[in-house]
Amino acid sequence: MSEMSEDRYTLNKQLAQMLKGGVIMDVTTPEQAKIAQEAGACAVMALERIPADIRAAGGVSRMSDPKMIKGIQEAVSIPVMAKCRIGHFVEAQVLEAIEIDYIDESEVLSPADDVYHIDKRGFKVPFVCGAKDLGEALRRINEGASMIRTKGEPGTGDIVQAVRHMRKMNSEIAKITSMRADELFEEAKQLAVPYELVAYVHDNGRLPVVNFAAGGVATPADAALMMQLGAEGVFVGSGIFKSGNPAKRAAAIVKAVTNYSDSRLIAELSEDLGEAMVGINEQEIELLMAERGK
Amino acid sequence: MRIGVLAVQGAFAEHIAKLNGMGVDCIELRQRADLEQCFDGLILPGGESTVQGKLLRELQMFEPLRDRIGQGLPVLATCAGLILLAQRIADDETVWLGTLPVCVRRNAYGRQLGSFHTEAQMEGIGTVPMTFIRAPYVESLFGADTQILARVDGRIVAVQYGNQIGVAFHPELDEDDRIHEMFLRLCRQNSA
Repeated sequence: MSEMSEDRYTLNKQLAQMLKGGVIMDVTTPEQAKIAQEAGACAVMALERIPADIRAAGGVSRMSDPKMIKGIQEAVSIPVMAKCRIGHFVEAQVLEAIEIDYIDESEVLSPADDVYHIDKRGFKVPFVCGAKDLGEALRRINEGASMIRTKGEPGTGDIVQAVRHMRKMNSEIAKITSMRADELFEEAKQLAVPYELVAYVHDNGRLPVVNFAAGGVATPADAALMMQLGAEGVFVGSGIFKSGNPAKRAAAIVKAVTNYSDSRLIAELSEDLGEAMVGINEQEIELLMAERGK
Repeated sequence: MRIGVLAVQGAFAEHIAKLNGMGVDCIELRQRADLEQCFDGLILPGGESTVQGKLLRELQMFEPLRDRIGQGLPVLATCAGLILLAQRIADDETVWLGTLPVCVRRNAYGRQLGSFHTEAQMEGIGTVPMTFIRAPYVESLFGADTQILARVDGRIVAVQYGNQIGVAFHPELDEDDRIHEMFLRLCRQNSA
């Protein structure tokens, strides 16, 4: 790698490994961050407005106030992540300056660049990026992302897109795994990614970084569904603090991720959680955030 | 021989892959029913100690595991696992299993920018690679029975007390198998 030392990139991928089997929760205040930590979040995403409210408010959505992020950093001992706009490398520099643990270059915010993503190799802090398919994932990894998540439609409470992205990623990985070695060069060309990354997927049957599910997770069953489909952990955005009983729902989702194939336990966890977030169906959405950044 | 790996959250798959590569069978411990199977040693992996500790309690695994460790079940605890074992956590009221008589400091090297990789002497093994990810270190020992196994820059990063080995770093992330071998020797001696 160019500026980022190989060591630092390895350490950043390894932090994502430590988050596996966990739930990363969107929070907007230190109080919510504490509730999330108490409920068993393995990290929190600090942002000014959760995606459902960003969607409702409309307008340009930007990186959060660093003061607000610092308040959350002081409130909890678990890692704190924050979002910057796609391509907005100065917002990323600001987040690095306040020693954020992970930056999400996120389609939830308004993109700052409609062509280029951030050159993430130039940073010491790690980045997580969204991907709808394998090509997008490997392009982000080539730019220096050390963690990938699905790009399920944020703020909708609708799991359909996250499922679509995870299944597509899995089937593309399976296809590459079954290819002859001499077919990988053409595949790299089709995916618009370097041959070495395609060869890694071919040899290992997985992405070279940790892959989480994100977007539309609202219930313990949603979270377990994504885990059974192969996600290594789950981001929950609006699903928790837009619901009737955030602490209880958050704790239930955490346990469902740990024991994602124990249907009897998930049944228990799903009882009496109160009102789930209302949710919007795919067909009712005017703005598809997943289409931001390719 | 079979090793139980706490698999409620974190980097348990990496420990299992390493042990399988060394020809050792593992079982994942995700809930109380899993503890009814036989295992000769326990691994507490890296991850988030607050998450793991809470899940240990809520999935009713806490007391049976603490009792078995107290009875001498060999344990290898890495990073968050070390925090779960410690009798005291600096500036924190929380005590999880509390079977290892040391005081640890969480996030002792700061945030992710403070994570690092190095090599250092490990007692009885030699120089080993050490990967520290938002790592703790051991601030003090209670009593003379706890042995210091390694220091980095003067800080204690590996200790042993009876059959409990606690390390602040992640031997499961490096190619070197010697720390896992040391743990397996303890398991063999204990079950012999």
